[in-house]
Amino acid sequence: MADRQSTPKSNLAPLSLHVPEPPSRPGDAPDFSHVEILKAGVTPRPAEDSDPAAMRDHAYGLVRVLDDDGAAVGPWAPKLDAETKRRMLKYMLRVRAFDDRMYRAQRQGKTSFYMKCTGEEAVAIPATMALDRDDMCFPSYRQQGILIARDYPLIDMINQIYSNSADPLKGRQLPIMYSSREHGFFSISGNLTTQYPQAVGYAMASAAKGDTRIAATWCGEGSTAEGDFHAALTFAAVYNAPIIFNIVNNQWAISSFSGFAGGERTTFAARGLGYGIAALRVDGNDALAVYAATRWAADRARTNKGPTLIEHFTYRSEGHSTSDDPSGYRAADEKTAWPLGDPIERLKAHLVASGEWDDDRHEALRTELSDEVKAAGKEAEKNGVLGHGLHQPFETMFEDVYADMPWHLREQMEQALAEKDAKWPK
Amino acid sequence: MNMIEAINSALDTMLDRDPDVVILGEDVGYFGGVFRATAGLQEKHGKTRVFDSPISENGIIGVAVGMGAYGLRPVPEIQFADYIYPGLDQIVSEAARIRYRSVGQFIAPMTIRSPYGGGIFGGQTHSQSPESLFTHMSGVKTVIPSTPYDAKGLLIAAIECDDPVVFFEPKRIYNGPFDGHYDRPVQPWAKHPASDVPKDYYRIELGKANIVRVGEAVTVLAYGTMVHVALAVVEELGIDAEVIDLRSLVPLDIEAIETSVRKTGRCMIVHEATRTSGFGAELSALVQERCFYHLEAPVIRVTGFDTPYPHSLEWAYFPGPIRIKTALEKILKD
Repeated sequence: MADRQSTPKSNLAPLSLHVPEPPSRPGDAPDFSHVEILKAGVTPRPAEDSDPAAMRDHAYGLVRVLDDDGAAVGPWAPKLDAETKRRMLKYMLRVRAFDDRMYRAQRQGKTSFYMKCTGEEAVAIPATMALDRDDMCFPSYRQQGILIARDYPLIDMINQIYSNSADPLKGRQLPIMYSSREHGFFSISGNLTTQYPQAVGYAMASAAKGDTRIAATWCGEGSTAEGDFHAALTFAAVYNAPIIFNIVNNQWAISSFSGFAGGERTTFAARGLGYGIAALRVDGNDALAVYAATRWAADRARTNKGPTLIEHFTYRSEGHSTSDDPSGYRAADEKTAWPLGDPIERLKAHLVASGEWDDDRHEALRTELSDEVKAAGKEAEKNGVLGHGLHQPFETMFEDVYADMPWHLREQMEQALAEKDAKWPK
Repeated sequence: MNMIEAINSALDTMLDRDPDVVILGEDVGYFGGVFRATAGLQEKHGKTRVFDSPISENGIIGVAVGMGAYGLRPVPEIQFADYIYPGLDQIVSEAARIRYRSVGQFIAPMTIRSPYGGGIFGGQTHSQSPESLFTHMSGVKTVIPSTPYDAKGLLIAAIECDDPVVFFEPKRIYNGPFDGHYDRPVQPWAKHPASDVPKDYYRIELGKANIVRVGEAVTVLAYGTMVHVALAVVEELGIDAEVIDLRSLVPLDIEAIETSVRKTGRCMIVHEATRTSGFGAELSALVQERCFYHLEAPVIRVTGFDTPYPHSLEWAYFPGPIRIKTALEKILKD
């Protein structure tokens, strides 16, 4: 300690440590003046085989398709028929209805935990729709939209959330940590960004086998600070892996604003360029822009042109989880001040403006989806909710640790079974 | 074959037999590995089966987890066990748990090979024995061979195993069965019967110990290099010890241990790793719990000291013949 207390040199200004601070805090007016929003349609669409070194403007700019009037403009506007766009809107509305219902279910004590993706519906659903059905997704915990877009049964999602007798994961996993190989949805882990190098490995395996499938992975901007992020981008670049890296920059990692992930000085998309990876920065609340960017990246990967990193610029409208209260760290009405709006409202406005949708149909659909989720919830409750009884046979706790149960787990299983009657008399 | 050649042969055999086996790691490809364990394999099997990786242990293991999820059977190499720590999160939080958390939808059928152990003047970061970190993780198997014959058979079984296996190779005995006498010339494997290794496929089941010396006076539990050191001391002292090479720490051959200790009434545990919370503590507890009424003396542990592995004081640190002899004399007198 003593040697650190030397007298500063008098001819030099003292050094100072910079600790980032968000533009606004509780009690302040929300401040998004630092956010530069490019106009829709102004960003050019490069060829899918573009050299990453030539994509600086795409890493620092913002790909946007939907303008303020709901028109799809510019070179990125995807040529989607009305039916597909309505399906996209329906999936997004279904996720929102689902989130609202499950949030309430947690408050009612039916489960221990939930995480909404409100405001981020477009980063999962249009992206998934732009992939092939058999491309493998390696999500973080806030891309429930992938499962929705692949028509995974709502009741199975709820069974997992309730850890009940029909839980596909047998009550082993924290709610929302879904897994479905059949739906190309890799097992979610609580450990952040571990899925990034795993997705690269999956993509490398596909390439090594001469397969045509690609991989896509998602993490939050906060998680880009993990070492696995760096490893993943390095490996993807080295082996030209057919993968799409999605960074969901929703500007908040629990209570830490994106400045603590290094977002003050550069964009997250720009990180890709340093690895020699094609990079796009996209309006994450613009469903059509996300769809178009993902298609671009998927085509690039599928033609052996290599990986792409996409930063989805969005905003986490709600608390981090049911265990979080954002009023403790950020301005109260940021959500309404956020300049890129709401992804569902923007896609709706586009469909209405093109005469492919209207308010009545929208409201009818909302009601229908709300009823659908409610019905699925009721069905799932028949299989039990968390804390109301023991939903899984005891022995299942010891299964699947290994392919076969070794003697020490067998002994412990017998111990647990012996305790059962004492702990929970019939 | 020496142990390197046996490992190379196991990898070659599995690359031939199973098109899903791939090898990756630092310097394993063109160059054939810093210990030559993968020499010639890239040339024979191609660059997409055996390839060099960036210097990134979390990347190597994380990528291998993803390859396993796809359906491959990766055999990643970590150049020294001392450098496995950046990959620990991918092992403990991911590889070890993917089967469990996904109810078998995704598995991690990978074998992480890594040279471990001291006795080579490797200093602090080329000598460690971190096996107890892995035996403490549920979902991972930990395997350590002590001869060329076992190395090939166990490695093939590990690669074929659908669970993640940490396969530690005692680099001190890559070239010959070191007996702990650092001041004497090293014997090559050629003079040892276990260097007679079949060229073709065979496997040694994981979870089965090998009784390398049958005896009545005391049971010695060891693995890796320490099997040879303990065996040499026992022979030199003319003690009728039963020496068991555990070969696989998890799953452990508890039956072999129990049978032996109930017969001898005494148990000495030898490992190179540091003592506190080392695997010897688990072995000692198991023996105490399961053989208590057969024990005629306290279970004794001969281990490395609870210090980082020193460079110049290597032979003061290493649990060699004198430390083993002292312990044996004590346990037989008690």
